Amino acid sequence: MIPLSNFLILGAVLFSISIAGMFLNRKNILILLMCIELMLLAVNINFIAFSHYLNDMAGQVFVFFILTVAAAEAAIGLAILVVLFRNRRTINVQDLDEMRG
Amino acid sequence: MENIYLAIPLSALFGSILAGLFGRQLGRMLSHTVTILGVALACVLSLVVFNHIVLDGNTYNGAVYTWAVIEGIQFEIGFLIDNLTAMMMVVVTFVSLMVHIYTIAYMHDDPGYQRFFSYISLFTFSMLMLVMSNNFLQLFFGWEAVGLVSYLLIGFWFKKDTAIFANMKAFLVNRVGDFGFLLGIAAIYVHFGTLDYVEVFKQVPNLLDVTVTVIPGEEWSLMTLIAILLFIGAMGKSAQVPLHVWLPDSMEGPTPISALIHAATMVTAGIFMVSRMSPIFEVSDTALSVVMIIGAITAFFMGLIGIIQNDIKRVVAYSTLSQLGYMTVALGASAYSAGLFHLMTHAFFKALLFLAAGSVIIAMHHEQDIRKMGGLKKYMPITYWTSLIGSLALIGFPGFAGFFSKDSIVESVHASNLAGAEFAYWMVLLGVFVTAFYSFRMFFLVFHGKERMDEHTRSHLKESPLTVTIPLIALAIPSVIAGYFIDPIVVGDFFKGVVFVDPAHTAIAELKEGYHGVFSFMLHGIMAPPFWLAMSGLGLAWYIYLKNDALAHFAYNKFRWMHTILDKKYGMDSFNQVVFAGGAIALGKLLWRVGDRFLIDGLIVNGSAKAVGFFSGILRRIQTGYMYHYAFSMILGVLVILTWFIFGSKG
Repeated sequence: MIPLSNFLILGAVLFSISIAGMFLNRKNILILLMCIELMLLAVNINFIAFSHYLNDMAGQVFVFFILTVAAAEAAIGLAILVVLFRNRRTINVQDLDEMRG
Repeated sequence: MENIYLAIPLSALFGSILAGLFGRQLGRMLSHTVTILGVALACVLSLVVFNHIVLDGNTYNGAVYTWAVIEGIQFEIGFLIDNLTAMMMVVVTFVSLMVHIYTIAYMHDDPGYQRFFSYISLFTFSMLMLVMSNNFLQLFFGWEAVGLVSYLLIGFWFKKDTAIFANMKAFLVNRVGDFGFLLGIAAIYVHFGTLDYVEVFKQVPNLLDVTVTVIPGEEWSLMTLIAILLFIGAMGKSAQVPLHVWLPDSMEGPTPISALIHAATMVTAGIFMVSRMSPIFEVSDTALSVVMIIGAITAFFMGLIGIIQNDIKRVVAYSTLSQLGYMTVALGASAYSAGLFHLMTHAFFKALLFLAAGSVIIAMHHEQDIRKMGGLKKYMPITYWTSLIGSLALIGFPGFAGFFSKDSIVESVHASNLAGAEFAYWMVLLGVFVTAFYSFRMFFLVFHGKERMDEHTRSHLKESPLTVTIPLIALAIPSVIAGYFIDPIVVGDFFKGVVFVDPAHTAIAELKEGYHGVFSFMLHGIMAPPFWLAMSGLGLAWYIYLKNDALAHFAYNKFRWMHTILDKKYGMDSFNQVVFAGGAIALGKLLWRVGDRFLIDGLIVNGSAKAVGFFSGILRRIQTGYMYHYAFSMILGVLVILTWFIFGSKG
């Protein structure tokens, strides 16, 4: 039996990787999106782990919802990305500083 | 009678409102008719009142209308009608009526015709309110209202820069006096608790020993303080040194108002007020001495300036200053009746002289320089003869009005035993000589000698129309006969019960003792120094300006420094201009630079904006626009909250 902590550690590691990817990445916005996906997956792992150990199906139901939403979000994100690229001819993150004060 | 009292000022006010607000609709003809009728009604009713009060021996003191009661203090419009008031009412309405009639011709071509009539009627109303008042508040109202009208009328030709300067000056100088006056009234209110004349006078004996501390360590007698503060108000209105500077400049206004306001009536308000307040002034010898010395300085030194003036109206203006000084001296010597008598005679002959000057100015096409006149006698006989009467009355020629009033002033100052009386006596005595000299210098230069005007003016010289000459004649009559009322007014009981004289101040009593009828007074006068001084002044003027004008040049070259001093008016105008006006401007600039621009604008208004800008400049660095920075700060925030949640909640 794999202890719960292993799952949680895996989730935390995935989460941290995604955060690191987000901060260290200065170039590609695609990687940013992928990092967000990864973050959601880390959360999903936590959900499944807890669901299993607590014998509660609600956690797994949540995971389905999250997967669905993530898929939709990825689609929208990629669509926005395409539009952005058409307008700006770049998807370099450092060039996207319109909101700078 | 009450209705009549009320009708007198209101009829003048009514005319003023009609001409002022509806002047355009009424037109010139109706405007002057309505104002003249108003003032004529006031004049006739004043005579009725005079008859009722003086001849039948009544007095009236009552409130007509209470407009506010605050903490037991009643603010009322009320009338105190006694002999003094009745006399003032007759003088004011009579001179005003004459000036109204005169104005028809004088202002004939002026675009502000209706406005002018409205103003002078308003003045008549204000002056009547002032003299008829029975309380200090209404006195103050009248006081300020006449000041306002004076301001409006000096600046009547508001397109003239000098007129605007003059009316501003008059207004500001009067504010200085009024400030003292207001403080005096405030002191009365604080210590007496009432503003009613009679109530205040009743309490005077109870407050003789009260002292007040104005400057720490200095105890001043309350009554002296009040009297001097009130007198400061009188100094402003009656143009006494050093608050006289506005009066000569007020000649920028049209001549009729120079006659009415700045010679006959308004400027005598101070004299009237001091006489009215005689119960207050009488208890303070210090205040009386101050009054006398200020008056004496005005009487002599202002007369001296008159000698070198070349503007016909300014000569008369300085003569007015000097004569006001005489009245003030009389007040200081406790000879109120003599001062008021001079007020009355002066009102007639000075108004006459001004209107005659105006008549000359009309004929000369608004040329006012007496060096460019001369020989007008044959062109303007009526003006000539009335001016002669006015001038003789002014210098105190025996038989004319001024002789009686001025002689009684000189005599009473001589008899006065107050501090400064000696000085005042010499001043008024020398003043007689000066008065005669400048009056006849002007008279000879205008009416006699060579005709110095240009050919064009000479060919148009003619006597002024009837509306001008009738007032001249009407004023010439009292300028002669008013003097014979010396019997009841000065030595008689005319002011008994009105003006209070402390028995210790014996000036007027001594005058009474030496008085044995009009003719012996005249005979005595001819033997006394004032008469001879006046005659020598007249003679000197005749010799210098008609016989031997080389002497004038000789004296001018010899005493050039003196001429310069007089021409600069003892430097008082320059002093005021530099110290007070310049000081006020400098102070204003300082406050503007330091207070407004630096402190308020720089530090508070723009300063707070700048502070916000500075801090937001720092804060904007945080706003990089990079998504990952925001995300990072979110994570940091979550971490901080989590840390606090886990560890903080335990501790």
